[in-house]
Amino acid sequence: MGIIDKLNKDFESRVRLGIMSVLMVNDWIDFTEMKSLLNITDGNLASHSSALEKSGYIEVKKEFVGKKPKTSYRVTNLGRAEFVAHLNSLEKLFKSK
Amino acid sequence: MSQKIQEDLSHIRSMMERSSRFISLSGLSGIFAGLFALAGSIYAYQLFKNNGIEYFDGKQKLYSYDLIIELVIIACGILVLALGSFIFFTLRKSKKFDLPVWTNTTKKMLLNLAIPLLVGGVFCMALLYHQLFALIAPVTLLFYGLALINAGKYTFSDIRYLGACEIILGCISLFYLGFGLVFWAIGFGILHILYGIIVFKKYK
Repeated sequence: MGIIDKLNKDFESRVRLGIMSVLMVNDWIDFTEMKSLLNITDGNLASHSSALEKSGYIEVKKEFVGKKPKTSYRVTNLGRAEFVAHLNSLEKLFKSK
Repeated sequence: MSQKIQEDLSHIRSMMERSSRFISLSGLSGIFAGLFALAGSIYAYQLFKNNGIEYFDGKQKLYSYDLIIELVIIACGILVLALGSFIFFTLRKSKKFDLPVWTNTTKKMLLNLAIPLLVGGVFCMALLYHQLFALIAPVTLLFYGLALINAGKYTFSDIRYLGACEIILGCISLFYLGFGLVFWAIGFGILHILYGIIVFKKYK
């Protein structure tokens, strides 16, 4: 059971995994693009991204482009480290099966 | 549990792929671009014949102004058709796999493709202007190859091999001036078709 305990609960949902995966290989990604990449609704993305922000895994930038508000995301150093650790334990679990 | 982990891992992998590479590139567009280029080359060859020029006799040739204009128009026509098929098949593939098209990655890929292509375009116009026609075929192949390698970071890496082949071909053609049409037919025709078939089979 040891390894399973190490799995980060914050990354349990598919949506959060998706957000983190996208941000791991990109710089800033805006709300609309993230939404269409993950194929989810506005509300779904908003709630999961704010949860990740609260944990300090992602950084959120709000700005205005003309008159439209634009929200962008970027992974933090903490988020990167935690996600890599999560991937490693997933991999270990997968191999031990 | 094991299945959930496997699904998680493949989800992570696909999200990383989808967001960092332009993967709506279809092999079919390569095949069509190649076919258009071959058809154009054959048409240009016929055009030479109709103007009383035997392309393969190895003699220095003087082209009339009208003929050059016509050749430039053919080349531009092929470019438009090739770009058209590229856009068509890209949109088709992205619809089929439900992939977003106009993303940051697409923009980056196009920008990286465009920089060497635009420089090459200006270079060719200068060659036309100075009437150094023999150098146009090598220069187009070289800059196109460089553009593909540059864009390869943001799409399937196979495109870099195509770019490398175009560059090698361009270098060879520098030493066989006067056979531009042949090198064009190989570089833009045959290489595109081969590349298209390989990519189409690989990423079906």
